[in-house]
Amino acid sequence: MSGGVDSSVAAALLVARGHEVVGATLKLWGGPSDSGCCSVADVEDARRVAQQLGIEHHVFNLTEEFERRVVDPYVEEHARGRTPNPCIECNRSIKFDRLLGRSERLGFDRLATGHHARVTAEPAGGHGGGGTGGRPGWRLRRGTDAGKDQSYVLSMLGQEALGRVLFPVGDLTKEEVRRYARRLGLRTAAKPDSQDVCFIGRAEGRHGFLSRRLDLHPAVLVDGGGRSVGSVDAVELVTVGQRRGMGHGTDGRRRYVTRVDVPGRTVTLGSATEALHSSVLLAAPTLSWVDTPIAPGAPAVAQVSAHGRPVPCTVHRDDAGVVVRFELPQRPVAPGQTVALYDARDPDAVVGAGIAS
Amino acid sequence: MSVGLVYLDHAATSPLRPGVATAMDEARAGVLGNPSGSHPAAQRARRLLEEARDEVAAFLGRDPGDVVFCSGGTEAANLAVFGTVGAAEGAGEAGEVLWSAVEHPAVREAVHAVQAAGAGARELPVGEEGALDVGALSEALTERTTLVAVMTANNETGVVQPLGAVVAAVRRRAPQAAVFTDAVQAAPWLDLAEVAAGADLVALSAHKLGGPVGVGALAVSPRVGLVARQVGGGQERERRSGTQDVVGAVGLAAAVRLAAAERAAVGARVARLRDELRRGLLSAVRGLWVTVPDGVEVLPGHLHLCVPGADREEVLVALGREGVCVSGGSSCASGALEPSYVLAAMGVERKVADGSLRFTLGPATTEAHVARALEVVPAVVERLRRTV
Repeated sequence: MSGGVDSSVAAALLVARGHEVVGATLKLWGGPSDSGCCSVADVEDARRVAQQLGIEHHVFNLTEEFERRVVDPYVEEHARGRTPNPCIECNRSIKFDRLLGRSERLGFDRLATGHHARVTAEPAGGHGGGGTGGRPGWRLRRGTDAGKDQSYVLSMLGQEALGRVLFPVGDLTKEEVRRYARRLGLRTAAKPDSQDVCFIGRAEGRHGFLSRRLDLHPAVLVDGGGRSVGSVDAVELVTVGQRRGMGHGTDGRRRYVTRVDVPGRTVTLGSATEALHSSVLLAAPTLSWVDTPIAPGAPAVAQVSAHGRPVPCTVHRDDAGVVVRFELPQRPVAPGQTVALYDARDPDAVVGAGIAS
Repeated sequence: MSVGLVYLDHAATSPLRPGVATAMDEARAGVLGNPSGSHPAAQRARRLLEEARDEVAAFLGRDPGDVVFCSGGTEAANLAVFGTVGAAEGAGEAGEVLWSAVEHPAVREAVHAVQAAGAGARELPVGEEGALDVGALSEALTERTTLVAVMTANNETGVVQPLGAVVAAVRRRAPQAAVFTDAVQAAPWLDLAEVAAGADLVALSAHKLGGPVGVGALAVSPRVGLVARQVGGGQERERRSGTQDVVGAVGLAAAVRLAAAERAAVGARVARLRDELRRGLLSAVRGLWVTVPDGVEVLPGHLHLCVPGADREEVLVALGREGVCVSGGSSCASGALEPSYVLAAMGVERKVADGSLRFTLGPATTEAHVARALEVVPAVVERLRRTV
């Protein structure tokens, strides 16, 4: 229970269905936070909702683990010019690892969250292109409300975790969630969704946060011919494919980052088309599959950001991992970003995920 | 027959005693005016307040005029620290605060705050047994020392601090300094008139004694200059403005009266039950570690243990679901447990401290409670621990 309306209603639905429910809020970040996720005010909101639902509420202090497994890697990745998604890391190592383990040890049957996603039980005889591979198993699917779907940030989950989680609001639209909360008189009914990374305040931003933990280095902006055309304050914050802050070329058209060389402190700019990539390599150690790995050469649908447009692709084996070949060239996927793969024949269903190398 | 909730967290709060509730109900009956008025209703309120003050003063072995009623232990601690430092600064003396590493957050944070505002402050170490290193205190005392803050007994471990030695050292080496003792945790169990006799400032909290939450007192020696934290109508001899909580003061007085009357008998009975719990847990749980070494004086109701391999957050949830209420340590603003700085000051390894549990028994604790705890705790601990 993060203190948001989704987890509030998730708890409420489970209580209504007659389950024995205990609410837990995670204290993850001890520093300043205005994201609306898990600050003291949010803990109080979650606690109050739990009281309104008549269930026990606990606050678990996982700040040290969060620092070690989410924040430190976030900083280190940036030092290497990579762009990680800390919310995915938090799901992977904190919520669906540490917390899931704790719920099991305490004797609970399931861990539920307010994510907009669905888990379905699939009978044997599933699709050949990936997924349950013909055996009965669990499928992770997009939430009913396409605009709020969070399957992307859950795409690393496998059978073991999926068999122990519940996503009660995955079947509802956001409007239905809020309506349910209003009907129950929950104080979080009208609370705005948290938008930003929970440990980075709006005022300081990513730059401010990282500058306090890392030396950030200026870099030269060069065009395709190697001529210097400007500079940036922090090469570690520049993402390949980035348009923001890169201005226009002499031809009057927007410029895009085509290459970032962190040690060489150089950012290469090009046109929109020059910046497009036709594939991305997902490093082998970062790959996860909902069930069986996708067959080599199989078609899939790739989503490269939390609310990005899904794009058709084919997935191929490589020594270093898996290569996702887009049907049409795309804005590049920054190293460190997660690519979620969906079943080409059942595009709501997640097949697996990996991190761009 | 069910024993009901097994409440073993008296150090956090001790349930309202029936004798206290009765006294408060009597005070509430009829019209109770504002003690600062002059008409019959005010006179009645004033009389009840001053009778309560007399009672609290007697409990502490002090003059009634030295007793300042306030909203609780935290306010009393804040008034002691900010009040004395403020008075010293007002007199043009940039002094220094010496304080123990195991003070309650109310004292700790107050000292941090005056430090942030420019006052000097030095934290004094405790030994492995959790008692103040008086030698370190002696060395730190100078002619610039303004305030020495050492609690009477620690809230986490129950360890009784060497207050007598502290007072003696301060009188000898820094006679200008004031000694403040947070007696909140010790009050139900020790004769403060004796134990805290030499202290200049003594803090009390009603609800640790089975009195109501929301009222406490700070005893202030006449020689100590104090700047008020809360100003207004000038109540409590200008030391703490605001209409006094007369009913609360009556409750505090009833609580200290009962505590003093029963101290010997209840102390002995609770210590016996605590020792039974201790013996039972030591024999039932492998590798269990009693945090405070044998031979160190600990309050009768306190039992602080460390269970290597256990995660106290999980143990607390599991015990709670079995109806056993114990504590894992201090919480932060959000209600989550924080790593214990008290255990760190005692040199307890973090991994071990993460498995710490505090049981505190009180006047209402019975044999049945202890028996039930001995049924539940070992099983929970065994189920949840991951390494021996």
